Amino acid sequence: MDSVFGLVGDGFAIIAADASAARSILVFKHDEDKIMELDSHKLLVSAGTPADCATFNEYIQRNLKLYELNNDVSLGTHGAAHFIRGELATALRKGPYQANLLLAGHDAQTGVALYQMDYMAALSKVNFGAHGYAAAFILSVFDRDWVKGMNVEQSLDVVRKCIHELKTRFLISQPVFIL
Amino acid sequence: TIVQQSTVVKFAPHSIFYSSTMSILQYNGGAVIAMAGDNCVGICSDLRLGVQAQTVAMDFEKVFPVTEKLYIGLTGLASDVLSVNQLLNFKTKLYKLRENREIKPEAFSAMLSSLLYEKRFGPWFTEPVVAGLGEDGKPFLSGLDLI
Repeated sequence: MDSVFGLVGDGFAIIAADASAARSILVFKHDEDKIMELDSHKLLVSAGTPADCATFNEYIQRNLKLYELNNDVSLGTHGAAHFIRGELATALRKGPYQANLLLAGHDAQTGVALYQMDYMAALSKVNFGAHGYAAAFILSVFDRDWVKGMNVEQSLDVVRKCIHELKTRFLISQPVFIL
Repeated sequence: TIVQQSTVVKFAPHSIFYSSTMSILQYNGGAVIAMAGDNCVGICSDLRLGVQAQTVAMDFEKVFPVTEKLYIGLTGLASDVLSVNQLLNFKTKLYKLRENREIKPEAFSAMLSSLLYEKRFGPWFTEPVVAGLGEDGKPFLSGLDLI
């Protein structure tokens, strides 16, 4: 049910997630922040089973830090993405986390990167991505309007278009989005 | 299970829009083809990564180098494509450290077969194709199913 999407611009990335926490027909709250800050330059957002998403996000945040402490290596976005993939892949055959992820990060060597991962740990680096039912609506907006190297204004315009598309055409009402 | 042929094709067609997943091997989609020629082999894959009908990326390569003269193409579930490739990388490097030489295609194929059968009752959802040149440039091709 969660709508989660993100895109890469010129030296930055935007991640957006709806802010509704709901079960079945009832909405609990409209200000749920699903985006986890892994560190000063990385954001992780997950869509799927709320329990798995929340737990996995926290698990990754703590264990990423532990990895860096243990191995004396400050992980860049690429490293973090593959670390997360490894965790998901290992859990896949024990007790899978039903969490589809978007990871956005910036590091000095490679600049900005956005990684999309599904709950079965299929990882790919993308320019824009979306998870959930929303993907069916949002990807076509991105296909048409995303260009390489957009500035913040243009990117926010595209994001507004996506949200408008969801509000118009998506069955489930998601009035609030957190970017 | 190993099958040796002169041309090997592994094809996992994309599912139709409104049908549920027919098989987990077709969830992400993908195709790998390998062919042998006169003292040469070729191997290629498509670049699509999908989630059933939806395309996620168009730069997802499914052919990976093992040694300079040995390549492996992996179809099936994308997650397992990546995982099996990482495992093979690890095992090949360990082989090289122990034996002090590169692994031969026949041995690699056997190792891969054993790796897959190890998970006989909870398999890696991937069907690999091995393409390489043995000693004196003799072409080697093999295709395996998921177990």
